[in-house]
Formats: sequence, C-alpha cells, structure tokens
Amino acid sequence: MNLDQKLRILADAAKYDASCASSGSSKRNSLGGSGIGSTEGNGICHSYAPDGRCISLLKILLTNFCIYDCHYCINRVSSNVPRARFAADEIIKLTLDFYSRNYIEGLFLSSGIIRDADYTMEQLVRVARELRETHDFRGYIHLKAIADASDALLAEAGRYADRVSVNVELASETSLHRLAPQKDAQTIKRSMASLREHIDESRSEPNAPRFAPGGQSTQVIVGADTTRDREILERSETLYSAYRLRRVYYSAFSPIPDASKLLPLQPAPLIREHRLYQADWLMRYYGFRSDELFDATEGMLDLEIDPKLAWALRHREQFPVDVNAGPREQLLRVPGLGVKTVERIIAARRVRRIHYDDLQRLHLPLKRSLPFIKVPGDRKRKIIDSSMLDSVLRPKQEQLSLLPVNA
Amino acid sequence: MHSVTLISATDFAGWRRAARHCVNMDVAPEHISWRVQGDVGSLFDSNLSSIEPTVESATAFTVPRSFLQLAELVILHRHAARFSVLYRLLWRLQREPQLMTLSVDEDVARANAMKDAVRRDIHKMKAFVRFREAPFTSPPRLIAWFEPQHHIVEAVAPFFMRRFPTLQWSILTPERSVHWDLKELRFGTGANKSEAPADDAAESLWLSYYASIFNPARLKVHTMQAHMPKRYWRNLPEAALIPHLIANATSRTEDMLHRTPAEPRRTRRPTRSSRTPSAAVSSNGDQDLDSLRTAVQGCRDCPLWKNATQAVFGEGRERAKIVFVGEQPGDQEDLAGRPFVGPAGKMLDRALVEAGVDRKLTYVTNAVKHFKFEPRGKRRIHKKPNEMEIAACNQWLQRELLAIKPTLIVALGATGARAVFGRATAIEKNRGRIIPSIEAAGGVHTTDVLVTVHPSYLLRVPPEDKQSAYERFVADLKLAQGYAGKR
Repeated sequence: MNLDQKLRILADAAKYDASCASSGSSKRNSLGGSGIGSTEGNGICHSYAPDGRCISLLKILLTNFCIYDCHYCINRVSSNVPRARFAADEIIKLTLDFYSRNYIEGLFLSSGIIRDADYTMEQLVRVARELRETHDFRGYIHLKAIADASDALLAEAGRYADRVSVNVELASETSLHRLAPQKDAQTIKRSMASLREHIDESRSEPNAPRFAPGGQSTQVIVGADTTRDREILERSETLYSAYRLRRVYYSAFSPIPDASKLLPLQPAPLIREHRLYQADWLMRYYGFRSDELFDATEGMLDLEIDPKLAWALRHREQFPVDVNAGPREQLLRVPGLGVKTVERIIAARRVRRIHYDDLQRLHLPLKRSLPFIKVPGDRKRKIIDSSMLDSVLRPKQEQLSLLPVNA
Repeated sequence: MHSVTLISATDFAGWRRAARHCVNMDVAPEHISWRVQGDVGSLFDSNLSSIEPTVESATAFTVPRSFLQLAELVILHRHAARFSVLYRLLWRLQREPQLMTLSVDEDVARANAMKDAVRRDIHKMKAFVRFREAPFTSPPRLIAWFEPQHHIVEAVAPFFMRRFPTLQWSILTPERSVHWDLKELRFGTGANKSEAPADDAAESLWLSYYASIFNPARLKVHTMQAHMPKRYWRNLPEAALIPHLIANATSRTEDMLHRTPAEPRRTRRPTRSSRTPSAAVSSNGDQDLDSLRTAVQGCRDCPLWKNATQAVFGEGRERAKIVFVGEQPGDQEDLAGRPFVGPAGKMLDRALVEAGVDRKLTYVTNAVKHFKFEPRGKRRIHKKPNEMEIAACNQWLQRELLAIKPTLIVALGATGARAVFGRATAIEKNRGRIIPSIEAAGGVHTTDVLVTVHPSYLLRVPPEDKQSAYERFVADLKLAQGYAGKR
C-alpha cells in the first residue's frame, strides 16, 4: 500500500473527531532553532472543507486497526473498512512536508487500539517525541490519549504535545457501556483527572516541566443514543469544573460506512449540535448554568431559536434591560448582544449616553435585540409582554421549508 | 487647503510626522488632501500648499496607545481615505480625549471597520499562503503566490520568518514580494503568478487529505464559504476539489444510510465484558481492605458516583490503632483517589506531626467516599453530604472498621461523628474526652471514640481564632495518641 492510499484511509478514519483547534498554547517560534514551526497564540484554520469544518491540523490515525468494538466507530473491530498503518517516519515526513507548504498548523494524532493501551500510546508518544527532539518541530501537536494507558505515558505525552485529550464519547455511562463495551467511564474520568493534575502542576511554578500548555479537551457524540440535551450539558458543566477542560466538542452522530445495527438509522440533525455549542458558550462566557437553559419539562434545546433567545422568551419579566444603566450580567443575557458588544457598550456609556442610532454602528441584530432593551430614541412599542413576540422572533416554518437545504 | 504626499502606501512614519505637524498648526481634517507618491490624483491642483512630511514638528503631544495600535493597522487598508480617516480621529482626540473608547461614534466605527478588515486579511494571508517548491533550485526554495486585499505583505512577512527561519522562501504578490534567505527579509516589487511554480510534489497528498477529511454526511457549504470566501479559491489548490466533493456528497450519504449493516467479516470476543466491579460484597465473612477498595468503585447506592471521578477509599495501616473518619473527599482527593491530600489533609498532617502521631501508623478515611460538589465554572464547590448519602455509604465505613479493628476512632467534624454514632452528635459538647464504645451506637463495632473538629474548620476560622483552634485540635490528637498508644 502506498503512502497516498494510507493517508486516504487514515484521514478518513480520523474525521469523526471534531476537534481541530490550534489555539491557546504557549507562544514560541523557530528563531534560533534547527527546525520549523511556531504557535503565536491564535489558532489558524488553513482551509475549510465543504462540511464547514476548519482544517488546521493534519488529523490522522496512526492505524485504524482496533481491538475494541465501539458501535458508533468506523474503526471498530467488527467493521469491514479497509485497514492501514503508518510507520512513524511516514507521519513525521507528512507533517513536515505539509507544514512547510503552510497547509497546516501541526499534527493531531490518534489511533485505534492495537495490542493494548500502553503499546498504542507508546507509538503515539514516539512520533511526537521524534518531531520535537529529532526535528526540532515547534508547531502544534495534539495527541489523543488512550484512556487505559499508564500515567507515565500520559506524562510523556504532555511533555511533547500542546494538547492531550481523552474522549468521553457518550454523556451517559449506560450508553457507553452498551455502545462501547470495552471502554470504561471511570477509566476515562481518571485519565482526565490525571491530566488535570499534570497541567496544574506544570503551571504551579515557572520552572516546572512543560505539560500540554494548550490544556485538555474532550468530545461527546450526540444523537447516537437517547440522551437528552439537559443531561449532555450537565455532563459538560461537570467536566469543565472537574478537569478544567478548554473545550467540550459535540459531534452530531453521522452515518458511517458499514454501520452497526445498534445505531439509529438517521443522523442527528446538525442544528442540534449547533444549539449545544451555543448553550456551551452561554455556560462558559455568559454566566448561564446548565439548568437555566431548559424549561421545566423539556430536556431538549429548541431547534428553531438559539438557547439565549429561548431563555429570554421564558423570562420576559427580566426585560427590557436599560442599555445605559443595566449591569453587565444583565446585558449579557440580552439576545443578540455578544461579549464584545457588551464590553463596547459599557466602555462607551462611560463617555456619553447611548442612543438608538449608536446601536446600528455596533452591527447588532436589532430585530432580535430591540424587544429586550431600553434605549433612548427607540420609538417602537415594546411588545415584550405580548404573545406576538414569539411569532416575530421565531423563523417562519413554511418559509423555511421552501428554502433549499444549503441555501 | 494643504496636501501631504507620502512616500509609500504604508508610510506610517511619514503620515505620523505630517499629522503631528498639521495638528500643531490646527489644520482641520477637511483642509488636508492625502496622497501617495506615484499615485494618480489631482496632481495639477495648484491651489494646494504642500506640507513636507519629513519635517519634525517642534511641539509634541500624546495620543492614547489604542489610537496608535489602530492607526498602524488602518494605514495598511487599501482605501484611499485611510489617511484622512485617521487624521480626523487624531484631530478630534485633541478635543475629545476619550474618543477611542466610544466605538459607537461614526468615525471610530469607520476606523474600527477598516482595522478589522486589515486584521482579517492578515489572518487569511497567514492561513492561505501555499508554498510550492521551485524546481531545479539548490538549496530548495519554496515560493508562494498570494493576492492580499490590503497592503499587508510587510506586516505579515515576519510571521513567516519566525515560522520558517531554516527554509528559503519567497512570497510573491501583485504589489510586493518578500524573500527570506536565512539571514534577512528582503522586500521587492510586485510579481506575476507565472513566476511562481505551477505544481509541487507534496500537493497531491494534500489533495488526498483534503478529500478524505471531508465528511459528506454533513454538508455546510455556507459555513465553509463564510470562512474561506471564493476570492481566495483560485490560489488554494484544494479548492479545485470542492465542486466535485459537494456534488457527490448526497449520494455518498444516501448510500451509507440505505446500505443494510453488513455482517462483520471477522469478529473478536470483547477483551473485557464488563469493567464495573460489583458492589455486592457479601456481608458475612472477613473482607480485606484491598478487595473492599476494589468493590467500592462499583458502588451505586447513592447518586454521588455519577459526577465524581472515583470513590476515594481509606488509606493507611491495615492494623492501625487509630482510624480517622473525615467527611468526604474534596477536589484534590477526587483527582488523586487518595484521602486527605488537599489543603485540609495538609492541615491534618501538620497537626499530626505536632501531636507526635505518625500518620503512616494510622488509617485515614471518610464517612462518604465520593466527592459531592456543585460545578461553578472551572471550580467545584464542596457540598455537604446529606443524611441519605451518609447512611448509604456507612456500609463501607463499617467494613473498613471491621477489617481494621482499631483501638480508637477519631471522628473529624459533624459528618464524621454522624457516621460513627449513627446520629447527629455535637462536636463542641463531646470533644476533649474519650467516649466509651457503649455510647457509640450502631453496634457493629465496639471501639472507643474521640470527637473533634474537621481540619478544614481550621482553614475557615477567623484569623484571630486560628491559633487557639489549632492548639485545641492538636490537644485532641495528643489525647488520642496517648489513649491508643497505651493499648
């Protein structure tokens, strides 16, 4: 099998991992070094695929041979996909060749489990070590940690990688047990705990050895089981607080070639994934708790409108917020006002009163925000209490259905 | 009316000198015409008095740093009005020193929009430059052809220098070019696309990667185009694949959805059927601590297991004379899987040393084995376990005590005392004395008990009471040591 065929198989096998971030690591470059590579804080997406996902890293598996039988996974032992395995040198050459053409920010390396967890992890670590030590590569490296691997190997992975991640895969432990019988939720949690301990330790003092300066992240598959959004977001909230994750990635279960009979026939709607990301964002940057994002009965986010608007419509008594006087926390809860806009409003109103015309220069989605704010010069009748508000802000069903899917 | 002629499109120093001069002469923005040497314009307008941007102005004044940072980027914008936009801001800043924080102001908003456009262009250049290896050059030289929207080549070049200092490369654009030959950046005039190589050996692998990493089951063409606008496509080799990938996506997905799941070609027995250890430990017969330690990980008798990392079992000597019973593991204990390793544990260690107790000879455990907390951003806030949780977990404590058979139990704090006595037990009233086993209800064990505060209490007391609270705690530990040491 030639390199091109291997690359096709092992990139195809890696694409179900949503993470492609290359941001937030230590700032460094190759001046004075013998190799290439830099990370300067901001991540860079070097390309985008028609699935809308950023291509920042060379995201591949070392091998898609796997002894596990996770039903949602294209690489499970019982799947009939073609198999391949890279030699360490092939990955290194691909990474450096791609990097020097400016196709990528670095490498995201994961693997099917071969022989056992430690053996597999050792292979991954070896590639990272050689890139760093033999080639003085200073670009970004994300290593997927094999949950069962020894702590010593995790520690080594963190020495070379910018980010180390363990996937929780499914928010519900029962589902994990059913769909990934060889994976163990507690082992996954323990690996994350261990990663946090290493990261905390490396940051506790300036001379401590480096460990994954880009932190850790994880991924949850959405829609492969019946877990509700509420449970998923509660899980995320717990994970953020317990293991200080940089990100939780939500990956809408999508059909795979040669699927298992245990899986649903239809893919999860991509909009559900999108709503989960919005809700996650609200928890991390807007001061929302997960339980606020749901009304009393439904455990699912509204697919038609974003979770912040949904929350505002359920809490009309808290509006309108005065743009010239409302506290930051309340402004952040206004539909259409982002963190940056709120900062700008607060900075500007220290200088002078903010007027209706000013808001237009902030590029707000005025139609969405105006019912929820009070601003001088806004002549429109407030319809916050009216039942019309819902119909004004919700997208029209019949119009939506006329649009082609990707228009 | 005055005119200023700058020596290049990005002559920031020249603009700065001239602008300073004009501000000092109090020239209103509408009375200056800005131009770049060599550009066609109203050159024959003889009514203009020329201001030489080389003249250093005598009077200095200061501007906010935020203005300079903005100006350095705005000047790279391709719009001819950029110089006057900036001068207008500078001029107004003399009267309105807080202007820069007023993003709702029309002039500020306009300058910000220009800055954002330049920033975006800089970012896209870092992302979308594609190098190709020039044929027949030794040492190899990587050459890229790129078409920026604004005058950003000088601004971006150092980024590529820091990233590729050990390679020789050139970036060619219609207006400027930049070359790196391991020592310094050289800037030159514009170039033609034909001067860059038309192909590269690594490119076919990149195209294979691009096609394979795409997931046809989730087509989001709009999102792709929002981030990678079509104007960049002609210089991105992978973009040639896009129409084909989109055209086939639906049929590929339909195919996946409608194919009946195939029978696995080969099967392998799962390597592990279930890793959940059974919590069902028989209540009769001796159980050693090691098997209890394994079994407790499977405990589901209350909901606390769900959010905790793991059960934190007791730790210490198997035949300890003293067993300490705390409340529950905290953040650090939950991560490490060991009791009393966090701040309260450090306090306990310190007090033990002072009381002359060797922790290694004792056994340290908790009334509740899983950490109960509330998530709050990136922290976990400790929550007191309730009666139900303490009762559900008591089986494990009783088994530990049964296995160890200590001389004395030291209950640390209210939860520890409740677990040991099976009912609420006041700490202040009962501390400072050995409580004979007869009073310790439950009947499972017949060990004497000492009650004292939890070491985390010592971390919370007001500073003025710290020393005395600590001393009383140490005194209780000494009492325990004296009592257990004799037996």
